[in-house]
Amino acid sequence: MNSPAAGGANEWAPVSFSDRMETVVFDVAPDAHIVVDGRKCVDCSTRGCIVACPANLFVPTADGGIVFNYEQCFECGTCYLVCNVEGAITWHYPEGGHGVVFRRS
Amino acid sequence: MADVDAIVVGAGPAGACAALALARAGRSVVLLERGPFPGSKNMYGGVVYPRVLDEILPRWWDEAPIQRWVTRRATMIMTPTQALTVDVRAAAWGSAPYNGATAYRPDFDRWLADKAVEAGAQLVCSTTATGLLRDRERVVGVRTDRPDGDLAASIVIACDGVNSFLAKDAGLYPNVDPNNFTLGVKETLALPKDVIDERFGVRANHGVDYEILGCTDGIAGGGFLYTNLDTLAVGVVLSLPGLAAQSRRPEELIASLKAHPAIAPLVDGGELKEFSAHVIPEGGWHAMPKLAMPGLLVAGDAAALCLAAGIWLEGVNMAMGSGLAAARVALAAPPDDAIDRRYRDELGYVLANHRKLRNIPHLVLSERMQARYPTMIANVAEAMFTVTDPVPKAGLNRIVRREAKRAGVRMRDLVRDSWRALRGFG
Repeated sequence: MNSPAAGGANEWAPVSFSDRMETVVFDVAPDAHIVVDGRKCVDCSTRGCIVACPANLFVPTADGGIVFNYEQCFECGTCYLVCNVEGAITWHYPEGGHGVVFRRS
Repeated sequence: MADVDAIVVGAGPAGACAALALARAGRSVVLLERGPFPGSKNMYGGVVYPRVLDEILPRWWDEAPIQRWVTRRATMIMTPTQALTVDVRAAAWGSAPYNGATAYRPDFDRWLADKAVEAGAQLVCSTTATGLLRDRERVVGVRTDRPDGDLAASIVIACDGVNSFLAKDAGLYPNVDPNNFTLGVKETLALPKDVIDERFGVRANHGVDYEILGCTDGIAGGGFLYTNLDTLAVGVVLSLPGLAAQSRRPEELIASLKAHPAIAPLVDGGELKEFSAHVIPEGGWHAMPKLAMPGLLVAGDAAALCLAAGIWLEGVNMAMGSGLAAARVALAAPPDDAIDRRYRDELGYVLANHRKLRNIPHLVLSERMQARYPTMIANVAEAMFTVTDPVPKAGLNRIVRREAKRAGVRMRDLVRDSWRALRGFG
């Protein structure tokens, strides 16, 4: 469902995901605040993090694992809340003053 | 030895109000904020209801950095091809003392935290509280990520948001169930002010709040569309387990909402200025942690006090009310064994609303409320107003029964859920 009906055509070009993330300001910390143990993801059948992470930071690898990049993280907590594998995600807030900086949220 | 009377962790609406009230009462207060400025980590749908500020900040409306006063509150039920809207306009909401306003949290939260600073609180930004300091069963301070960053106080008020690592560190969350959380994602879209005024039928600094049911592709949740002065906030709120179990990404669901025939004419041409996301504690009464322990009070989203009861969606005001309540408890300094009880008493409307509406959040997120009823209601409405000449009108009774059957709604469930909703909304 939810396919746009006739007459609902948009006037603007779709925004690519990288352009979408370019609208967000990040003051990237030197150290990762989230660590993903991708080996533990190999046996995970749900992999909710891949679809649910709003910043799309969880990427499946060819060998069945997952790689994660912390730099454009919203610090929302979705990934550890949907994760089913004990110890796969270690989650802290970034060092003070770093990370996402919202302006019109 | 305590360094200060109170440490408030998190300079959002809960923390700013707690620090403001404590500083006004002459206490030494440190207000810690992990972002570079208050509000920099905060995102919400877009409407704040500051009634609780009347007492501590009289005429707050003269100076609060709001975008538009909400004078239209619309609730929309949608299917992919239909929409049915209940549209409430109240002129009273457009003049003092006002009711609700759209605002950017980096503006609003910074303004509120500045009030605490003016009252004498010491705001320390760019500092993350990483854990609690304890003396046996009592919380006596916080550890921060600054060098020599331990800070001791007679009371710690944790307003550190939905992921509250301090409340978890204190053992106040026995289990964290993803079913009690949703993900909110939104786009801030720029449009000229006069275009927004014309499309939404408002003038001056009056604005509109749309809450939308049935726009989340079967995932429990909803959508929203709010007017700021020269931007729109459009987004969706999604049950975490529901989102994780399917294949469409959050931004794709926003794209579908923006393309809907009832929404596209309102948002067309809007230029994306900011994409944002935040988790929301929607579980309500049944999902709350323990709210206090000796030396520690928990307020705002950290205590899961966000109210997500279908027609009522209120977070900032619940945070402000709980921050003020926590400050009153800190000032009264009750005996350790009475702190939880005293805090629950002081929480007043915050807990009363949650108790009254305790069964609503999960009712609203149920499959019937999310999918079957919206489909049925929209089909009934469309059939009512579709002229069938030369076939005579079917009549309302027959239309309702036919559409209930088509949507898979059993009359038994409909009656029972209506009764539950009536009782649940008190």
